[in-house]
Amino acid sequence: MLRYVIRRLVFAVPVLLGVATLVFSLIHLVPGDPAQAMLGDGAAPQDVIELRKTLGLDRPLHLQYVEFLRHALAGDLGNSFRTGQPVTEMIAKRLPATAELALAAMVVAVVLAIPLGTIAAVRHRTATDYAAMTFALAGVSIPIFWLGPLLAIVFAVELGWLPVSGRGTPAHLVLPAFSLGLALAAILARMTRASLLDELGELYVRAARARGVSRLASITRHALRNSCIPLLTIIALQFGAVLTGAVITETIFAWPGIGRLLIQSIGFRDYPLVQGCILLIAVTYVTVNLLTDLLYGVLDPRIRFE
Amino acid sequence: MILRLRSGQARAGAIIVSIVVGAAVLAPWVLAWDPAEQDLPNRLQGPSWQHWFGLDELGRDILARVLLGARVSLMVGVVVVGVSSGVGLVVGGVSGYYGGRIDQLICRVMDILMAFPGMLLAIALVAVLGPSLVNVVLALAVIGWVGSARLVRGQVLRAREFEYVTAAKALGAGTVRILRRHVLPAAIQPLLVQATLGMAGAILSEAALSFLGLGVQPPTPSWGTMINGGRVHLLDAPHLTIFPGLFLAIVVLGFNVLGDGLRDAIDPKRQ
Repeated sequence: MLRYVIRRLVFAVPVLLGVATLVFSLIHLVPGDPAQAMLGDGAAPQDVIELRKTLGLDRPLHLQYVEFLRHALAGDLGNSFRTGQPVTEMIAKRLPATAELALAAMVVAVVLAIPLGTIAAVRHRTATDYAAMTFALAGVSIPIFWLGPLLAIVFAVELGWLPVSGRGTPAHLVLPAFSLGLALAAILARMTRASLLDELGELYVRAARARGVSRLASITRHALRNSCIPLLTIIALQFGAVLTGAVITETIFAWPGIGRLLIQSIGFRDYPLVQGCILLIAVTYVTVNLLTDLLYGVLDPRIRFE
Repeated sequence: MILRLRSGQARAGAIIVSIVVGAAVLAPWVLAWDPAEQDLPNRLQGPSWQHWFGLDELGRDILARVLLGARVSLMVGVVVVGVSSGVGLVVGGVSGYYGGRIDQLICRVMDILMAFPGMLLAIALVAVLGPSLVNVVLALAVIGWVGSARLVRGQVLRAREFEYVTAAKALGAGTVRILRRHVLPAAIQPLLVQATLGMAGAILSEAALSFLGLGVQPPTPSWGTMINGGRVHLLDAPHLTIFPGLFLAIVVLGFNVLGDGLRDAIDPKRQ
């Protein structure tokens, strides 16, 4: 197992380095002079030169790159152009809100999807199956940025059950988590159904039934358990979609997380902050995928001996 | 059509997509209202016989703008999917057929791009390049080719081991001919499915970027921009948000249903 863990960690290094390189390159993709773009066309030339110096843009590219990597490894992502505060500090303040939203959305998705997908698979080719899959297909197709405002109209404005925006109480979390979690629930429900259908056709399920195991137990204890690995893959892959979806959901519901910070920093052309937010989200995504790979090794011993 | 639309699902998807494409193409000739024409005294007016989807905050006809928005969305989808599939076909084909160092290098680049959630990379690219339709297409194509290339590479790896490819090599066929005539056609059908589902993804992504203010800029109508603009008037004029969103959901649903149906047609086991 240790060899498997080390191998996976070694594989992750070039990917993380590539991610950091791509994030570093972002500021150099800005058309023209990034410092000029941040200050606007009417800025005094002296101010532009000063900002170039502050951002380190006046140094050779390779030195900038080495410095960026060195600082990033030490947790220093520079200072926000707008507020002057360290980017790491600003992100750290917003991180709990995004983590809370992402986790809540994942919980919503799993709680909705697993029963829905299971029922659809067990009642394969019945009206229940078709209804569940129609719901799932609609869930995949409805954009978060449309669903969010509609949910807000119904549950916050018309019914007055939930707050329309902000963060504070658990009630504040309900609408953003549902908006974000529904699309993921739809994808997961489809995968649960497909994966469970494969397992239900396997001999070991029939053998369990032949041994007198109840239908419910043969599904939950045998088939569903073996469907977990493909589901875990989808959950891990969809974590990226949740993080990106959080950018939109946080914007809609004024949720004070990293996604909202990213959009605000784009609006202010605060490139160090944009770089910091992107780097953090990408590294989180890579880490979640890595952890998932490691979890495979625990769940399925065949994988770590491959 | 490479695949006959045998499944009801694929047919339903094709019908939805055809209706929307037809409406978008014919819009300039059949619409009674100019999408840019303003009727300020009647701004925010709800749906009526005259204006089926009502008027927006500047008194413009929402139906006309929704249909014009469909042209933008479909155009973005076609260009993004076309470029992504083309690049994916060439890069994936080369990577899978030649193997070795070229394959290693291409795979590492794909690994890095896959390490980013796609939309996040698109947001990052548009953020630095500046919000515009061209930059949206560019950003979505940059993230889109990776999926196609991976798919094609997998198909090519499989196809190059087939006996008819070995036979073609033995008969002296050149690499380009083998790739073009014998190997890449095996990847076309799955690529077609991916492209159909990719249309849904590209349309949704363009709308999301426009919603965030990073995509199509006003006054050009885009469903994302229209939904974002309608948020201010959610209470007094919800039709500003409802109709563009409904159209967006229907089109995405249409492409998803079509893609699913085509996938089932290719792989009968999935049925």
